Amino acid sequence: MTARASHQPPGRYRFRHLARMEWIKLRSLRSTWLTLALAVIAPAGIALATGGSNTTSGGMFVSNTLVGMLIGVLLTGVAGVLAMTSEYTSGTISATFAAAPRRLRVLAAKAAVIGAAALITGEAEAILSFFAGGMTLHHGITAPALSQPGVLRAIVLTGASLSLTGLFGLGLGAIIRHTAAAITVVVGIVFVGGTFIGQSDFAIRPYLPLYIVSHSLGATGPACLPGMASCWLSPWSGLGLLAGYAAIAMLLGGLILAGRDA
Amino acid sequence: MIEVCGLTKRYGSTVAVDRLSFDVPPGAVTGFLGLNGSGKSTTMRMILGLDAPDAGHARIGGQAYRQLRWPLREAGGLLESRAFHPGRSARDHLAALAASNAIRQSRVDEVLELVGLQAVARKRAGKFSLGMAQRLGIAAALLGDPAVLLLDEPVNGLDAEGIRWIRGLLRSLAAEGRAVLVSSHLISEMALMADRLVVIGKGRLLADTTAAELSGRAPSLEEAFLQITGDSAQYQARNLS
Repeated sequence: MTARASHQPPGRYRFRHLARMEWIKLRSLRSTWLTLALAVIAPAGIALATGGSNTTSGGMFVSNTLVGMLIGVLLTGVAGVLAMTSEYTSGTISATFAAAPRRLRVLAAKAAVIGAAALITGEAEAILSFFAGGMTLHHGITAPALSQPGVLRAIVLTGASLSLTGLFGLGLGAIIRHTAAAITVVVGIVFVGGTFIGQSDFAIRPYLPLYIVSHSLGATGPACLPGMASCWLSPWSGLGLLAGYAAIAMLLGGLILAGRDA
Repeated sequence: MIEVCGLTKRYGSTVAVDRLSFDVPPGAVTGFLGLNGSGKSTTMRMILGLDAPDAGHARIGGQAYRQLRWPLREAGGLLESRAFHPGRSARDHLAALAASNAIRQSRVDEVLELVGLQAVARKRAGKFSLGMAQRLGIAAALLGDPAVLLLDEPVNGLDAEGIRWIRGLLRSLAAEGRAVLVSSHLISEMALMADRLVVIGKGRLLADTTAAELSGRAPSLEEAFLQITGDSAQYQARNLS
């Protein structure tokens, strides 16, 4: 019996092939689109509802309208977790790694797709929230223009934070592998821990993800106010620290993914 | 062709696969036989690069799995019967895998038709019966038209018609010159399907033979099978005491 030669086109599988695989995986799940819709609509709805609570023009308007973005932060964090853990719970991971045994490349492709999808969602959400908040202002109060100092930066950076929490979730998913446990850790670190520790320890507060998003990224004013116990991080430092958290989670996730049996 | 050479896998103090060596030649169906828990699945996972061996190696077409340029075009594997997301359609599951190895998307419809799932291709795969899930797994294995196939217990969950279908399918795939490795714990099924038999027990190679040779050893094939696997259990028991 003669052996059969495989059909082998030149080259080998690359990052772009894996990114395409991950994009098909992401878009073919109904939950992706539900999450996306919720992530965009809910914060805008909150911005509509809170618009009327602005008592002065400018000032806190931007951070007020962006407060609903914390929902988006939670949703993309969970979406990032699920992108990894749902493969383990369903058994898809063995099909994925059999198709592409270079696991770090698979993780990078996942990160690119999740990161980009969360970035687009986050920016759409931030812009929509900004304009939604302006629609329900009381008579005589005006929303700041996009051209005013810090306004566009606050919108863009807050939107970008969703991408970073998505990657943070993805990294944690690769480390923990179990959906419930990984989601608990994300919610615990970002929300519960952030709130409790933040209430009691003002020195740590500026470094917690929740406060970075609400007080550093969304800020249009100075990071330090007279009489404050500690200053918030500047917008760019805040973004940098969030990126650092995401990078640490991804790095550990990558190490574990490469070293452990699938 | 698959070469397994001195493959060893330990989980703590348990040796799941113990210095296992055998070849899976092209143009034949090689049955991979052993009782439940004898190390068949672990061996197949190591061949596909999913689990790392503690010693030894496995090669596909002379290369380690992780070195393959287009893994799905060289080897197709069916490992778990439900290796897909329940919320995704069969078609999207295959489309994603196809994209990873630059396999044309029209091939997805070809394999869906081949396994008889075209009518439910757009339905959520989580609603599939075990038999349909097996067919989807086989479709995924055939996606890259590979020269090597590894199927772990493919007849599980299939009805009589399905079992006859897969028997015919595997025989024709081998007749095309492919190397086919099929695991089972059912000797009777393997006798009908396989040209060669690799029998393992407690992770060790017990026999590398043909069904005809094996059935010559005892009044029936089943008895011959139980004799050699039983011997291995005894041997292990003596070792422990």
